[in-house]
Amino acid sequence: MTSLLNDPQVLRELIMDHYQYPRHHALKEDTSYASVHMASDSCIDDITVQSKIEGDLIQDICFDGVACTIATASTSMMTELLVGKTIDEANLIIDNYYAMIDEKEYDPEILQEAIALKGVSKQANRIKCATIGWKAIRQMIDERENAK
Amino acid sequence: MFDINKIRADFPMIQNAKVAYMDNAATTFKPQCVIDAVTNYYTHQTSNVHRGDYDLSYQVSKEYEDARVAVAEFIHAEPKEIIFTSGASMSLNLVAYGYGRKFLKKGDVILSTEAEHASNILPWFKVCEEVGAVIEYIPLSNEGEMTIEAFKGAMHDKVKIVAMAEVSNVMGYIQPMKEICQIAHEYGALVVCDGAQSVPHVPIDVKDSGVDFLGFSGHKMCGPTGVGVLYGRFDLLQQMDPFMLGGGSNARFDICGNILLKDAPYKFEAGTPAIEAVLGLKAAVEYLRSIGMKNIYEYEHELRVYASKKLQELDNITFYNPNASTGILTFNVNGVFAQDAASFLNTKGIAVRSGNHCAKILIELIEASETIRCSLYFYNTKEEVDQFIEACKETTVENCVGIFF
Repeated sequence: MTSLLNDPQVLRELIMDHYQYPRHHALKEDTSYASVHMASDSCIDDITVQSKIEGDLIQDICFDGVACTIATASTSMMTELLVGKTIDEANLIIDNYYAMIDEKEYDPEILQEAIALKGVSKQANRIKCATIGWKAIRQMIDERENAK
Repeated sequence: MFDINKIRADFPMIQNAKVAYMDNAATTFKPQCVIDAVTNYYTHQTSNVHRGDYDLSYQVSKEYEDARVAVAEFIHAEPKEIIFTSGASMSLNLVAYGYGRKFLKKGDVILSTEAEHASNILPWFKVCEEVGAVIEYIPLSNEGEMTIEAFKGAMHDKVKIVAMAEVSNVMGYIQPMKEICQIAHEYGALVVCDGAQSVPHVPIDVKDSGVDFLGFSGHKMCGPTGVGVLYGRFDLLQQMDPFMLGGGSNARFDICGNILLKDAPYKFEAGTPAIEAVLGLKAAVEYLRSIGMKNIYEYEHELRVYASKKLQELDNITFYNPNASTGILTFNVNGVFAQDAASFLNTKGIAVRSGNHCAKILIELIEASETIRCSLYFYNTKEEVDQFIEACKETTVENCVGIFF
């Protein structure tokens, strides 16, 4: 697994796959879901991310919207990584993801497929795209924790 | 004589940036003479305008007023009809707040188009909210163009303001301002023109067109950022209120709260202006005049026709405004999100902009919420267009993802 994730061709295909067939890509009409609309002025991605968090567990995350390859693939990967995780586990993954994007030390084992996005820092103007969905889920987790 | 090599040598950014810069609708590169005018103020001329009793201040005040004359001559206005602002947005806001809010009444109509830039429509939203006026929109053709027939059909007696860009920042069509002004004036309406995309690119004569207000930005016409212009017919400027008061705008005031404002344009220029930017704008105007606006338009048009023809030959492109005459080309690469394509073009040394430049018209008329905009200026070349076209050919989803590896 690890050696495969060092192959740029494999990583590129992972991004393509998540872009063309994004996971959890449909919004729910369910009031038990929290929802965040992400549309910043410096970036043209426009997505909505929803999450269902019960107790300490992330039960579901989904998203939809108009977005580029990087925003779509990174958000799709995020949903796969975080659904079924506890808040603490999710925070660890999110911290590692941001560390990777910021070119700091991170644990590739924790990020699994999401390491496909490690090259985004090469195009600084696209960092917003690579973090838009991650920012949304962190916001929903934080809001929930603050409400406690 | 239009010598492209000589012109390119005037722009340090062309040498330094090493990109085919095609985002000129956003801002333009500056020739050395403009850069020199700005730095010269800081190294040799620093002092305030209209204030000091010493030589430095006198000299810089004189040059500041010379800039007003230069801008006036550039658009065939009188110097007293030229207000220096921070840019086109402030110019257009000044008309909405200073004229619209004062004179429009409940039920009055502001007529505009769905292609308008935010700067010439959002201030009018605010005016409507405050005075009870309403905005009506002139229907556009399938290509996003406003025909004069459509304009005539939309005009009526309640229209008091026609707010319209002379060149749309998305579609690049030139509106026939003279005809528009004649029709508007027959109904007693005033025309507020957004000239941000026209003044830098086509010859402008406000006396001939009869436009009542014209706002534009310095930085889109080779000048510095932070300075723009509002032209207004002098009698209208005299009636209008400033939306900012302060030093330099009043002749006298007293303890009872009486204020005597200066005449236009000075009553609109409260506070210390961006002096170096105004002096830089003067240099920019002189530079453009030395090349000739007719020459600039003709060169740019020829380049646009060349780019347009090449872009239409590509089978992976949806091209939204093939028939516009200015240097704005709006398109998408089929199956590729606009921002992915623009990032890929960046790796090929091409600077273009992706965005939902004007969501309403784009979504409803051309059915694309995001597009790529390539906007040319007189220092671009056919070689750069060729480079752009070659890069467009290679723009695929795979290659767009490939830039991250």
